[in-house]
Order: sequence, then C-alpha cells, then structure tokens
Amino acid sequence: MIGPARTDTSVVGRWWWTVDWWTIAAIAVLMVIGIVLVMAASPPVATRIGLPPFHFAQRQAMFLAPALVVIAGVSMLGPQGVRRLAIAGFGVAVVLAIATLVFGDPVNGARRWIHVGGVLVQPSEILKPTFAVISAVMLAAYQRTGDKKMGLASLGLLAFVLMLLAAQPDYGMATVVAAVWFTQFFIAGMPLRWVAAAGAAGAGLLTMAYVFVPHVASRIDRFLNPASGDNYQVETALNAFATGGALGRGPGEGVVKSVLPDAHTDFIFAVAGEEFGMVAGLLIVAAFAFVILRGFTRLLHEGNYFIVLAAGGLLAQFGLQAFVNMGVNLRLLPAKGMTLPFISYGGSSILALALGMGMVLALTRRRSTTAQTRWMLDGGAQPSEAKA
Amino acid sequence: MSGVVLMGQRGADPTGTPPNQRVRVSASSGGDALGTGHARLTVVATFFAIAFAIVAGRIIDLSAFNDDRGTGTSASVATGQSVRGDIVDRNGVVLASSLAVASLYAEPRRIADPALATEALMAVLPTLDHGQVFEKLSTGKSFVWLQRHLTPSQQMAVNALGVPGLGFRTEQRRVYPHGALAAHVVGYAGIDNHGLGGIEQYFDADLLGGGGQVSALELSIDVRTQYALQEELALALEEFQAIGAAGLVLDARTGEIIAMVSLPNFDPNQIGTSLADGRFNRASLGVYELGSTLKILTIAMALEFGTATLESEFDATEPLRVGRFTIRDDHPESRWLSVPEIFIHSSNIGAARMAMEVGADRQQEFLNRMGLMSRAGVQLPEVGTPIVPKPWRDTSTMTVAFGHGIAVSPLQFAGAVAATINGGWAVPPTLIKSQGPVDRQRVLSGETSEAIRRLLRLNVLEGTGTLAAAPGFLVGGKTGTAEKARGGGYQSDALVSSFVGAFPMNDPRYVVLALLDEPQGNDSTKGFATAGWTAAPVVSRVISRIGPLLGVEPVDTISRTAQQALFISLDGRTAGAAF
Repeated sequence: MIGPARTDTSVVGRWWWTVDWWTIAAIAVLMVIGIVLVMAASPPVATRIGLPPFHFAQRQAMFLAPALVVIAGVSMLGPQGVRRLAIAGFGVAVVLAIATLVFGDPVNGARRWIHVGGVLVQPSEILKPTFAVISAVMLAAYQRTGDKKMGLASLGLLAFVLMLLAAQPDYGMATVVAAVWFTQFFIAGMPLRWVAAAGAAGAGLLTMAYVFVPHVASRIDRFLNPASGDNYQVETALNAFATGGALGRGPGEGVVKSVLPDAHTDFIFAVAGEEFGMVAGLLIVAAFAFVILRGFTRLLHEGNYFIVLAAGGLLAQFGLQAFVNMGVNLRLLPAKGMTLPFISYGGSSILALALGMGMVLALTRRRSTTAQTRWMLDGGAQPSEAKA
Repeated sequence: MSGVVLMGQRGADPTGTPPNQRVRVSASSGGDALGTGHARLTVVATFFAIAFAIVAGRIIDLSAFNDDRGTGTSASVATGQSVRGDIVDRNGVVLASSLAVASLYAEPRRIADPALATEALMAVLPTLDHGQVFEKLSTGKSFVWLQRHLTPSQQMAVNALGVPGLGFRTEQRRVYPHGALAAHVVGYAGIDNHGLGGIEQYFDADLLGGGGQVSALELSIDVRTQYALQEELALALEEFQAIGAAGLVLDARTGEIIAMVSLPNFDPNQIGTSLADGRFNRASLGVYELGSTLKILTIAMALEFGTATLESEFDATEPLRVGRFTIRDDHPESRWLSVPEIFIHSSNIGAARMAMEVGADRQQEFLNRMGLMSRAGVQLPEVGTPIVPKPWRDTSTMTVAFGHGIAVSPLQFAGAVAATINGGWAVPPTLIKSQGPVDRQRVLSGETSEAIRRLLRLNVLEGTGTLAAAPGFLVGGKTGTAEKARGGGYQSDALVSSFVGAFPMNDPRYVVLALLDEPQGNDSTKGFATAGWTAAPVVSRVISRIGPLLGVEPVDTISRTAQQALFISLDGRTAGAAF
C-alpha cells in the first residue's frame, strides 16, 4: 500500500497504518452506490417540485466531500479526543435542539430543522452519535467504579434526550436512541434482570405510543393488516423488487421513483431493487453487514470497556438504521421514515453518519502499546488504570 | 481473554512492559466484566447477522420467486391478471395478442379536494365525464376505476399531475391487429380479460393458461384467404344490396376452416360500439334453408343406397302434388330427366322423386351421417342448431331433397359437401390447425364421391353454376336459391342465394361457400338475385385469388385431359378416371 513510511510517527502517518481500511472501503462502496442511486432516483422527484433534474444528485455529491473530511479527521482522534468531541458536539446539539423547539419552522407538523448560518440542519442527527459516546463514558465509568450514580446519570441523560426528541416530535429517532442505549446497557454487562426491566420499560413506552399516538397506531395496524388502510408506498416499494428481478430493469428504467415521493430518501432501496435488481440489493446488505460485523469482531479483541461500549453503540445505531430502512422497504417492519446510511439523500444525515463512523474508525484503530500507555497515563477510562 | 494481552501479541512491545505485568493487568482489571461484555457483544453481533440475513433472504424471495408479479411493466399494484396467450393463424400471423397497459383508479378516501382533483384530471383526460368523476371522487370509497387502458402518454400526464390518491394498475389489454378481418372466428375478450366470443371464449381457460405464459393458439385460418373471401363477399354485399353475407373456405381433406366470414362484421378492438347484427356469426350460428345445394346430398344419398344410378331417369313432366303442396321446377323441362339433368337443371321434382325412393328413415340416417341433423362440433360458442322437420313426413322427405324444410348452418353444410367430394370421408369442420393425419371415418363410397365431383364440374360447365368458373382451376359447384320463410309461407322477394363450390375437381382440395342474405338483382344480373347470378361469381373470384395463395396448381381447363378426366354425359355415362 502506498502511504507514509512505517516509521512516520505523525498523526497522519500513524492514522494511515492503524486505521481499518476494510471498513473505509465498505463505506466508500456505500457512498458510491449512494451517489449512483440518488442520481437514478432523484430526477423525477426534483422535477416534480420544480428543481433542475440533478439538483439532489449534485447536492449529494457536494455533501460527500465534507463527509469524507469529517470521517478522515475524526478517525485521526484518539479515544480521549473522541470523548471530548462527543461531549462538545452533544452540548452544541442540545442547545440547537432546544433552539429548534423555539425557533424552528414546523415541517409536516414537526420542528426538527433549524437554520444555522444559512444552512438548514437537523440537530437531532448530531445528538444521536454524540449521545451514544457519552452514555458509553458513563456506563464504562459505572462498570469501572461500580458507582450506581453513573448508571443513573446515563439513564437520566437518556430520559432528557428522549424528551427533547418527543417534543419535536421525532418518535423514530427517539426509538433509535433508546434502542442504542439499551444495546450499550446490555453490552455493559448489566445484570440480566435490569436488562429485562429496561426492555420491559421500552416495550411499555412503545405500547404507550401505540395507544396515545394515533399515527403510530395507524402504521402498526396497517403493517399487521395490510387491507386496513393505505399501504401505497410500501406496496409500491415491494412491487419494485418483484419487477426488478435478479438483474433489475436497468439504470433509469424504473418507475417507482416517479410515483414515490421519497424515492431519493426513505425508499431509495426500492429504486435499487427495481433498477439494479436483487444483485444490487444483496450487495448493499452485504456492505452494511460487513461494516457492522467487522466492527463487532474487532471489538471482541478490545480490552477497553469505553471503546467497546462507544463503538458498539455507534455500530448498533448504524446497523439499526440500515436494518429499519431496508426492513420497511421490504415490508418486514411497519412504515417508518428512516434514511439508509450513506445511500439516502440528505446532508445532515450524511454528515452525522460521517461523524459516527469517523468515531468508530478512531476507536477501532490498532493502537500501539505506546498509545495504549499514553492513553492510560492520560487517565482514560482504561479499567486497569484505576487499579494501577 | 483480555484484549491487552492480544495487543501485546501483535507486535513488539516498545514499552518493555514485563509480561507478568500484562497478566496482572488483565487479571485484575475486571476481566470478568469485560468477558461478559464481549459475550454480550457477540449476542448483539449475532442479532445483526440474523437481521441482515433475513433482509437478504427477503430480497431474494421478492426478486427471484415472484415471476407472476414481475411481468407487469409498471410499479402499480399487481392485479393478479394473467397474460392471455396469443392467437395466430396457420402461418403464425398474430390475430390476437395482449399488451400490458395502465388503468387509472382513485382512492377517494385519500383525495383531499375532489373538485380540484376533478379539474386536474379533466385537463389531461378530457373525454371523462366531469360530473361522474367528481361524484366518484367524492364518495369516500377506497377504490374506484376512473379510466381503463390509458395510453402511455396519458399515464404520464396523469402522473405529472401529482394528485395523491390516484394510482395505476397494470392490466392486459387484448389487441386484434387485423381488426374486423377474422372477428367472428377470433371473437373478443372483455375489459376484464375474459373471452366473450369466438375462439377467445371457447378457449378462454386455455388462453389464460392458469397463470403461466401459454404458447400461441394456432388456428386453421389463413389470413390471406380470409382477406380474399371477406373482400369478395363485401363487394357482392354492396353490389346486390344484401343485408348480410357468409362465406367459408374449407380444406376438403382435413376439415380445417381456412377462412370463415360473416358480414356485417365488427371490430373486436372496439367491441363497445359494435352492433348485435355485426356480432352475429352467419356462417356458424345462422341456420338457413339452403335450397338446391342440398340436391348434392340427395343425389349422393340415392347413389349410395343404390336406389338410382347416374343413368337412372325420373319423371319431371308435371309438378308433383303432395297433400296441399305442389312441387314445381323453376325452369321446367316437363320431361323425364336423367340424374345429371336433374342436377344441372336443378329439378325439384326430380330430387323429390329420388328422395322418395330412398325413404324418410334412410334419408334421416344419411343426413345425420353427413352431420346435418345436429350442431356442428366446431370450436366456437356460436354454433347454430339445425332446424329439421318434426315430425318427418313424406312431404318433408321431398322438400328436404331440394333444401327446404331443413335449415342448417353454412358451416356444417360445407363440411357435408367436403365429405361428398373428398372420396367419402367425414371431416368435421375445425378451427384448429391440423397437426398431422386425422383419424377419418368413411361415410360414402369412393364411387359416389367420384360421381358427385363430375356432377359438380358439369354444373359449372353447362348448368346453373357457369358464373363460378375460374380460369385455370377446375371449379365445380351447385347453386342454391331459397325463399326466406316468414309466417307460414315463403317470400319471393327475400332470398338466400348461395353457392357451394370446390376445386380442383379432379382432386378436390378446398370447398368454397358463398351465401348472400337477401340480395337484390340489378342491371348486370338482368334483375335476377338468384344464386347463379349473385353467389356463383363470388366463388369464381375467390378461387381465382386463393388458388395461387394456397398452392393449387392451375391447369388448362379446356384441355382434353382435363375434360376427359371429369367427363360425364348428360345421360350419365362417364369416361376417363380422375383417380
């Protein structure tokens, strides 16, 4: 591999030799697939709302440049740097999220977006990965010290974030955040009765959502009993795979994109299935599965609990989002608007994912014992450090 | 196992941390807790692996095992309609095929503003009824059809409206590239893709094929012959101001229907605007008293039962009184006539006397054997039931002998004539292309068949059928002019004029039948509307056109060989041998 000399101890030099290039390759594959699919899926959507045909494709390409910078930059950080970045990012995101509730313009009845310096951003997207890192810090601290306050603090912070999201409202993202926290709670080695209690609480919240939030109930009813209402988007997406067959109808030959309003975002997977067929669908699934399973496998050799929890949480979030999106497209799950990571159109989503995956890459870098030692001396959350 | 130890294993240990320290670190660092963490991490990873495996499985299931849905061309909800198989003629020319087209529906429940939606729709589909559309969209139902079978540009225009609550379903539209040409044979399929007439109805289940693509249905029809027959009949219909016409070309050896025409006809592509009279199949569903053409069968019967030979003579000096009827000849010779003379002068008296000698029972048995006493077994729903005398009195025997008192479909009659000239084999008419030798049943002796061939040829050379002659082809045939029955009697001004011919008479290949319903005479026919003037020329022109198409070699019809081969003198002597 061409790159800096092995002996180069600069930040870049060390990054080059320690970062997991396989994961980067998989992410690059997803991004390339994404740009191709946005190019295929978005022109009819853009034309429909009076924009130039390649408006979305151009913007998607534009977002990829900063996304690559974010991934590279963030992945150069050490674990401590990741922690600091997450805390800072979380702080900013919370402030913006609260500001959104006050100043944001409601879109489809929800306040999720805010103008910051002329750019429309969705603060909750930043909240998602940064919160995962912070709760990892807290749960690792609890694990290290046995201090129950740390565990409670994590739970309290979760409740706060969930309230913020529910106020917008954005139940989808709240569900993801809660599920990621639950995964971390589980990995943190909590007694199984607590895990069961947390799971029961989650189930309770979902039941409440079903009972008290009409559109949630409606979506679940329509999933369980397709005849009970309009399933147009999902039916159309489903049919796209059937008409696509093994090799697809060919680039640009699909028709779902001209009928589905969210063909370039939530239903881009259906466009992939229709135009490029089963082969493309399987390639996308394989790329996601590769990133997640490779990440988890690397964590199995990781001795730092914070890293296991933070990277595990971020990977779980990435995987969950991909799974939910594809599951909805394939009618395995009730309809829920969620982007397909790195493939769906959307600036905030891509930058937030770049942040998250940048942190995963940073945390799963091979650390030399020198770095390991330095990290311990930094007073990091290395379990052995506490006893040393 | 601790990750610290693993990392230590990976490379040199620059810090020089003693191995025992590393062991200490791992042993004393809550290694149990981290062990639990790693185990749980494995659980989460397994969960994701399973989840993604399910997604992959679902993709494969949807894409690879959904062929029936995959045939649609749009993203519309699959309708479960299967594709009707094509119908082709004997040479593979497509007579009916299926196209996938989009049909527009609405889900009125989801239409926010019916008035606005109606306005938008009217702009792109101006043929819709404004009031009806508005009413449909205001119902609050979950599904209403708005317009079936849109063109692609209409579909695109409706799509571009972006009105929520409108959708398309892919349907199969039946198209008939030849339009009205073989309409009565092919029939038509309704908007819901089910056959409602003709072959389309008769073979509905086979054409739908139970969901899978079926191979094309090969008919016995030859569109070129069909066109020639249709055009000549249409010209005659026009020329003689007839109310209808029917025609058939039948393969005399196999019973295959090469062409079947009924006029007026209809365009199966526009079935909604067709008239009932146009949809009526005069060739197979209509039954007619055909008149003198039945004499072919009467003579064949008498020869077959041995009650007469070609040389026999019958008394036609005076009209024949039977009860309250009097049987007359149209062109009375008022003398004894030989069998050939009875045939070429079309003597009713002679035919009636011949039938009387055979007797009522044997006559009925014979007509039944020739397929005239029951419905033809052709593959159409539109098959007429013959009207036969009940009870069968002596009067019946005599009138049936010259084609009155019995009404049969032109189709079944052509089939019977085929059997009299093909050497005596029964050939039930079929619309399906023959796939090889058929199992034939003998109904007449070869000698009888040979005699009929010579009589038919004689009639075209010297009798009532001279206008049916076609240059280069040894045409034979018989005219039949019948007055239509109304109330208790017959009307002299409403005729059914028909001609049944065959060619080449030395070795007949094809039976050609032309029938005109209520033709009117004109100057060119000296005012006559009888078959010899109206129907016979049609057969002549049809044979001139289709003979070359069907590969029948022309011969020098006035050569000695040709004349001798089919020679029969007026007193019934024959010479030469056709076989």
